[in-house]
Order: sequence, then structure tokens, then C-alpha cells
Amino acid sequence: MSAPEHIIREQYTVDGDDFQAAGGASSAMKKLLRSLGVPPDAIRRAAICMYEGEINMVIHANGGEAEVTFDGGVITMTLRDTGPGIPDPELALREGWSTATDAIRDLGFGAGMGMPNMKRNADEMTINSVINQGTVIVMTIRV
Amino acid sequence: MTVQTLAEKLNLTVLSGGADALNREVTGGYCGDLLSWVMGRAPQNGAWITIMSNVNVAAVAELADISCVLLAEGVAPDAALLSRAAAEQIPLLQSPEAAFTLAGKLYGLLR
Repeated sequence: MSAPEHIIREQYTVDGDDFQAAGGASSAMKKLLRSLGVPPDAIRRAAICMYEGEINMVIHANGGEAEVTFDGGVITMTLRDTGPGIPDPELALREGWSTATDAIRDLGFGAGMGMPNMKRNADEMTINSVINQGTVIVMTIRV
Repeated sequence: MTVQTLAEKLNLTVLSGGADALNREVTGGYCGDLLSWVMGRAPQNGAWITIMSNVNVAAVAELADISCVLLAEGVAPDAALLSRAAAEQIPLLQSPEAAFTLAGKLYGLLR
């Protein structure tokens, strides 16, 4: 597809208390990418990555910020929170491993599939986490 | 097969979804109540059979490009799910039958 003349950049705030609104950033990003003519498969993979990231920020970090950029060839999603940090990112990437509470599990979350889904759907994913300071996750998807 | 045809063949009650949404194609299916499993594994344009009934079902269905949600076992959506599904044109279909039975019938229709 043809590259836009400049990089598209959008910023979303993820509310930490609101499971009802969780997915709002993903949904807004999906609409944005669709309006830019991004192919459906890339949009779907980006939406899955963003949704899992959003849910993690709601469950573990009392919310955070999400930034999406698109340069015509690559979608980059950057998720920043000031939560407790991830002690062992390798463990968090293991399917079935979760620290979510029973209340969270009753809502259908906490299956330990969130980060594995992010890893599987992104072309590249980096996790930078500092205990008691926060986590920055960057995921890219090639269109 | 369209969502509308699926609803007729399986005697499903249509709780939400306008004409456009009911005309969507269904080309596969997935059964599950853990949202990240569904998010990661449900096929695009699939019918999702579940007993989960909260508003997050709508978010997963929308983001994962799921054609319709089949609420099994007579499960009723909570008010937030019903309202969001209606607003976003996500077909919510309801059946008194068990997920196992619905999955078997859906498989038979699609194969």
C-alpha cells in the first residue's frame, strides 16, 4: 500500500478502574487503522495485541497510556504504565501463567493467555519493566 | 452461511444485530468462556459459543472479527452487554441448548 505523507500518531488513555470500558483504545485504534486502509488481517492482529495490553493495564497497573503510530508500513503500539512491574517477563509470556485474582477470573480474564497472545500476534515485541516503577511494552506489526 | 440463516437453522433467538450484521458470513466456530483464549484462537468470521454474558464479550467479538455470539444454556446477557452489542451491531443469539449440542449442530451445518 502507498505510504502516507507523514506518520499518523494517536494517544489513548486506559482507565484503570473500568472493566466496562476496557477495549476502548483497541476499538478506537481499529477504526483509525480501517480509515487508513490498513489490510484487515493486520488490523485484527493489532487489535488483539492492543486489547490484551489494555486488559493487563486494567488488571495489574491501574491503567496507563497507549500510543499508536503508523508510517504506512509498520504499526507500532507503545503501552506505558506506572504499575508494579513484571518480575519475570519470561514467565509472564508462558501460556497459562497468571497472577490475576479470582474476581478477575470470574469476568473471563486471567487465563494466562494475554501476553502469549500479544507475542504471537505482533511481529516484534519488547518488554521493559522495572519493579515498583512500571512497564513499557512496544509491539510492531508489519502491514 | 449468513448469521440469519444460522439463527433460523438452530432456532436461535436474535437479541441484537441489525440487517447488515445478520447478513455477515459465518465460516467457522469456537467454543469458550476464557476471553483471551477466544481472542487468541477464535477464527475470523466465526460463531462464538459461550456462557459468558458480561460486556467484555462485546469487546472481544468486535476486536477479533467474530461474526456472532451464541449464548448457550439459556444464558441471558447482562444489560451492559446487550446495550453495547446493540450499539455496535454485534449479533447476540440465544439458545436453551448446551454448548456441546450447539457446537455439534454448527459443525454439521458448516462442514
